[in-house]
Amino acid sequence: MSSEGRAASNDGRPAIDVERASKIYRRYSHRKQFATLKSALLTRSLISNLRPEETFTALSDVTLRVPKGRTLGVIGRNGSGKSTLLKLVAGITKPSTGSVRVDGRVSALIELGAGFHPEISGRENVFINGIMLGLSKREVARRFDEIVEFAELKDFIDAPVKTYSSGMYMRLGFAVAIHVDPDVLLVDEVLAVGDEGFTHKCLDKFADFKRRGKTILLVTHSLGLVERFCDEALWLDAGRIKGSGDPVRIVGAYLTDIEQREEQELAAGDSRARESASLAAVSPDEPASAVLPDNPIESATAPADMFRATEGRWGSREVEITDVTLVGADGQPGHVFQSGERLDVRIHMRAPLPIDDFVVGVGIFNAEGVCCYGTNTGIENLAGERLSGDAAAVFSIDSLDLVEGTYKLDVAVHKQDGYPYDYHRLLHTFRVKSRAKDVGIYRPKHSWHFSGDISFTDPRSPGHD
Amino acid sequence: MLRNLGQLVRYRGLIQSLVARELKARYRGSVLGFFWSFINPLLLLLVYTFVFKYVMPPPKGTDPYPLFMFCGLLPWTWFASSLMESSGALISGGNLIKKVLFPAEVLPIVTVTANMVHFFLALPILVVFLIVYKAPLTVGESLWFPVVVAVQYVFTLACALILSSLTVHFRDIKDILANILTLWFFATPIIYSYQAAPAVALRFLNFNPMAHITISYQEILFFEGPFGHWKWLVALGAFSIVFFFFAYWIFDRLRDSFAEEV
Repeated sequence: MSSEGRAASNDGRPAIDVERASKIYRRYSHRKQFATLKSALLTRSLISNLRPEETFTALSDVTLRVPKGRTLGVIGRNGSGKSTLLKLVAGITKPSTGSVRVDGRVSALIELGAGFHPEISGRENVFINGIMLGLSKREVARRFDEIVEFAELKDFIDAPVKTYSSGMYMRLGFAVAIHVDPDVLLVDEVLAVGDEGFTHKCLDKFADFKRRGKTILLVTHSLGLVERFCDEALWLDAGRIKGSGDPVRIVGAYLTDIEQREEQELAAGDSRARESASLAAVSPDEPASAVLPDNPIESATAPADMFRATEGRWGSREVEITDVTLVGADGQPGHVFQSGERLDVRIHMRAPLPIDDFVVGVGIFNAEGVCCYGTNTGIENLAGERLSGDAAAVFSIDSLDLVEGTYKLDVAVHKQDGYPYDYHRLLHTFRVKSRAKDVGIYRPKHSWHFSGDISFTDPRSPGHD
Repeated sequence: MLRNLGQLVRYRGLIQSLVARELKARYRGSVLGFFWSFINPLLLLLVYTFVFKYVMPPPKGTDPYPLFMFCGLLPWTWFASSLMESSGALISGGNLIKKVLFPAEVLPIVTVTANMVHFFLALPILVVFLIVYKAPLTVGESLWFPVVVAVQYVFTLACALILSSLTVHFRDIKDILANILTLWFFATPIIYSYQAAPAVALRFLNFNPMAHITISYQEILFFEGPFGHWKWLVALGAFSIVFFFFAYWIFDRLRDSFAEEV
C-alpha cells in the first residue's frame, strides 16, 4: 500500500494508525432483540444474550496509516463500511479485533449538533457542545464570536435552538466542530449543510486546515472533491480495502467498478425483460394487440410516433431476431459505454424460409421514453433482396454522442408495409457514461471560441472534455 | 476501568455545564420556572399531611408530622427521581453516545447530580420548617449532614450506573422500576417512624440502605438526642464505595455495546 510507504518515509508517528481492524456488528434475531430482563433471568441467558451468534462484518482486516498533515478521501458504495471506519477512528466504537490509534485531538463531523439541547439558547449550546468536543470553557469563550460569525447566526444566537431551521442547526454544529481546532478532522459527508456560499466557506476552512498541516479523513460520495482535495484515496468495498493511493487512479478504478456492476445489473434486467416478453409473445394472426392494445403496430419507419414506451415483443417470427449484442470500442459485448465512443448494435437473425421483403430497423429511446434516433434499412434506401437462414446486421455508431443516462433499444425486422416479423420493443438496455455533466439528449461535437476581453480561470469550464 | 474513572476528572467541566443545562432546560417555558423546585415537594408534603392529619391518625412519635415527613421525603425524591431518570439516561442521550466521542457515564452522573441540586434547592424550605417547629438541632449533629448527603450521593450514583447500563439491553427495567420504587418507598421509614416499626420489620429495615440514610437524616434534623446512628452510616458509606466500584465495573464492561444498542 502506498500509504504505508509514505508513512515510513515520514519521521513522525502517523496521525491515524489502523492496524488490521475489523468491526463485527451483532445482528439479533427478532426475539432476542426484544428480550426482557425477566425472560433473561428466567432462562438465565443474561450473559449469553449479550453474545449472539449471528453477526455482520462491517469492516474486515483494514490496515491504514495516514501520516500527519495528509488528507485521505474514503470512497465506496453505500454500506461499504466508510462510516464505520470513521467511527472507529473517532473512537466512538471500538474495533472487534485489531487496533486503532490516533495521535492528537480528534474532531468528528459526523452528526452535526448531536449534543444540542432544543430548549436552551444557541449561545449556551455552543458552550456545552464545545466542552463536549474537548475544549475548556475559556477556550470556547475565546472562539465564541468566530463561531457565531462562521455560522452566520449573529441575530439568533440567544434564541432557543428548537426555533432554528435545520440549516441553522447544522451550520451552528459545523461551526462549533470546526473551531475545536483538532489535529485530526473526520468529515462524513456533511458538506451539504448550507447554501453554496456556506459550502465554499467549509471548503476554504478545510483548505486552511490542510495548510496548517492538520490531518483530514474525508468520507464522501463526491469523487470530484476527492480528486481535487485529497492527497490519497482509500476505496472500501464490502468492508475491505479494495484500493488505496493516488486519488485520480483510485477514483478511476472505482468508477470502472461501478460501470461493471451496472453492466451486470443491466444484463440481468435485459434477460428478465426478454424472458417476460417471449412469454407475452403473440401468434402471427393477432399481432401485438395483446401487448399494445391501444397502440397498433407500426414499423420503425415512423419513430416519432413511437414514444409510447412499453416493453414487449411481437411479430410473426418468419424472421426471428435470435440475439442482440452491444459492442463498445473495446470490441467486447457490454451494456455500459462512454459517451463519444463507438457502439455497434449486432442483430443476429434467422429466417427458416427465404424472404425477400424485409427491413431491419433500430430505435434508441432515453429513460423518459423519448425517441433519440430511429432508422431502418428502408429509410436508408437499402431494398431487401434475400434473407435466408442465419444472418447478422450490424448497426454501427461511430461516435455515441448522447449525454449520460440509461437508454433502451428497439430492434425490429418487418415487411416494408410494417407487417412485423419480429419486433423487440425496448428490450435492450444500455448506459452511457460521461465525465461531463451536460444536459439534454444529444451532445453535438462542439467547441468554444472567444474573442475580445473575456477569459476563464478553470480550463475545464469553457469546453467539453 | 480505573483509567476510565480517572479520565472522568477531565470531564468535570462538562458534567458541570450539563448539570446547569439540565436545570435550566427543565423549567424552561413554565411560568413559575425554578419555583417548581420548591413547590413540588411542598405540594407532596401537603398531600401526605392531609392524609395523616384528617384521614388516618399520624404514626407514633412523629409530631410535628410535616417536619418529620419532610426530613425523609426530600432525600427520597432525590433518590427516586435520580433512578427513574437515569434508567432512561443513556437511551435519551443516544445521539451523544453514537455520534460524539463522549464518556457515557457522564449521563447518569449528570442525572444524579442535577437531582442533588434540586434537593439542595428545596433545603431552604426545610430550614424554614426547622425554625417554625423549633427543631432540636445542634451544631455537632448538623456537621453530620454533609456526610449523609455524600453517602447518599455515592449510593445513588452506583444504582444509577447499574440501572442506566442495564436498561440499554433490557428496556423494560424502566417499567419494573416504578413499582420497585413504590415498594421501596414504603419499605423505608419515611412516612412512619422506624422507632414505631415492629421488631420483625426492623430486621428487614436494616438491609435497606435507604432506611439508614433516612434514619440518619431524621436523627440529625428531627429526633432529639445525639446522632446515634452514625455507625450504620459509616458502614453504609464504606459499602457504598465498594458498591460504586462494582457498579462502575459493570458499566465499563457494557460500555462498548452502548453505541450499538441505544
